[in-house]
Amino acid sequence: MSVLSREWLLDPSPKSRGQARAGQIYLGCVRLFRNRLALTGLIVVLALVVIAIFAPLFATHDPVAQVLQDRLQRPLSPGHILGTDEFGRDIWSRLVYGSRVTLYIVLLVTLTAPVIGLIIGTVSGYFGGWTDTVLMRITDIFLAFPRLILALAFVAALGPGVENAVLAIALTAWPPYARVARAETLSIRSTDYIAAVRLQGASSGRILFSHVAPMCLPSVIVRVTLDMAGIILTAAGLGFLGLGAQPPLPEWGLMISSGRKFLFEQWWVATMPGLAIFIVSLGFNLLGDGLRDVLDPRSSGK
Amino acid sequence: MTSVSSSDSGGAAARARSGLSGFLRLVATLAATFLGLLAVTFIIGRIIPIDPVLSILGERATEEQMAAARERLGLNDPLIVQFGIYVRDALSGDFGTSLLTSRPVLEDVKRVFPATLELSTIATILGVLFGIPAGVLAATKPGSLADQLVRLVGLMGYSMPVFWLGLMGLLIFYGQLDWVGGPGRLDTTYEFMAELDVPVVTGMILIDTALARQWDIFGNALSHIILPASVLGYYSMAYISRMTRSFMLEQLGQEYITTARVKGVPEWRVVWVHALRNIAVPLITVIALSYAYLLEGSVLTETVFAWPGLGLYITNALFSSDIAAVMGGTIVVGTVFILLNLFSDFLYKRFDPRARA
Repeated sequence: MSVLSREWLLDPSPKSRGQARAGQIYLGCVRLFRNRLALTGLIVVLALVVIAIFAPLFATHDPVAQVLQDRLQRPLSPGHILGTDEFGRDIWSRLVYGSRVTLYIVLLVTLTAPVIGLIIGTVSGYFGGWTDTVLMRITDIFLAFPRLILALAFVAALGPGVENAVLAIALTAWPPYARVARAETLSIRSTDYIAAVRLQGASSGRILFSHVAPMCLPSVIVRVTLDMAGIILTAAGLGFLGLGAQPPLPEWGLMISSGRKFLFEQWWVATMPGLAIFIVSLGFNLLGDGLRDVLDPRSSGK
Repeated sequence: MTSVSSSDSGGAAARARSGLSGFLRLVATLAATFLGLLAVTFIIGRIIPIDPVLSILGERATEEQMAAARERLGLNDPLIVQFGIYVRDALSGDFGTSLLTSRPVLEDVKRVFPATLELSTIATILGVLFGIPAGVLAATKPGSLADQLVRLVGLMGYSMPVFWLGLMGLLIFYGQLDWVGGPGRLDTTYEFMAELDVPVVTGMILIDTALARQWDIFGNALSHIILPASVLGYYSMAYISRMTRSFMLEQLGQEYITTARVKGVPEWRVVWVHALRNIAVPLITVIALSYAYLLEGSVLTETVFAWPGLGLYITNALFSSDIAAVMGGTIVVGTVFILLNLFSDFLYKRFDPRARA
């Protein structure tokens, strides 16, 4: 038996659970790669990750070193492919290092908000009754706020900075996950295998975290990938307003805001970071759309 | 759409009863959500590291003055009592006094809100005018070039930061082409004329100048509003066209559409009359929601375009640590958001019999 051959992966009667799962993942990848737009998205996202990890290799200059005699150089000028900003810092190198900030924010938010949402949603859906009413009321209140404005209010209270921006975005991003997890839990709660686990004497906590939460994960993951672009845009918005990352950190939204002062004379300073945000968000959106089609065939084509 | 009417009076009474309890539930939801809104802003206001007494009296106040102010502001009471007072004040329209303008926050908000309302209304109109035809067009020929284009334009709308698109618009249409007016609601020269000749009636510059028959000021105002409204309208169009496409696709697969086609109804009539009428209700709820989201987009857009609306007011207040103004503005935006959400919910339940079960 040759492991990892196409026949082994597509075996209609898999010998083990691992083989079946590997086959499913293989089929999902095939479907994802056949979707050219999703593949483009995946490449963009992978490129972002590679650039962020190996930033020193891609950067041509120090992202924070000021070289005042080189200030406001045009794009494609010698040594500065995307030009320089008002302090003579190379814009390409700043974008490269800025990808770390962006990825850092996205990772932290996607590690916290879905977990909060998952806990609240599964508890709410599993116990029902008063717990459900109270938790869903709270969720509705957070959903009723426009996200950016609530994040603004939180940052106003906590003070500006990357960590506080992450906290503010996470605090405003969890309600949709809670909704999704609750809806899934409601249908899982009444299944036979949950009843079987309960009859075996498993505690509520055990049922929730070992049996209900894992079943909610796929739909939550789809939402997370679709939300990543939104998280990037909100973080950039906070940075633009001066409430997120602080100078001299090369955060993309902050870079746009500093380029705004000489938009009409030196257009590239504000334009380039915006293009970076646009490309990365588009990548996440394309990948999210593709993943949804693979993981959740019910909603494909919509 | 025909309404389902039952002839027996028992059904009507039951419907009236369910209508009443539905209304009560709506009011209860509204009250609970509003109370939650106040709780959130109250908690945020309390965890702020800025001492309200210090910011009112300044650094040079004596210990006794500080203690007196603390007592007067009720800061020594238990939190729940403070929250009660906060809710009572908010319900009577008292959101405190802005440090920046030294006027009641509510008065400030009333002054700046029309500018935001005007901007988002025009943006929504643009979004509807372009979004619905684009979505319908995409749905009638799925997979075609037009469909791909509509999807791409929509996807781009979900991926571009609104403040950057605004800046690019300014760069191209104001800086390079000079087709539109720059930031602000009017050119500086017109601003003086407007102050003299245009009485503030609604606070919306297009309506006020039209009422005063100052057509050249009206024209200038129009040249200023068109760019920010288009930028916001683009986002609303992206959302509306995407939803229209998906609603329309669903309708066009229904049997009554086949029936209409078999009967020989012209294709344009099938699509634009039969199918469109059936997606009208969900579409209106989508439009109401997109209107609510524009309030959010307006915070960043108003900053870029120096548009004197609620968004700019909140961000300016934020930078001068004018917390009363920030929270007041947040509550107003949140309230409008809640009302629009409930309105779209209500429309949906009222006009779509399928949603009533």
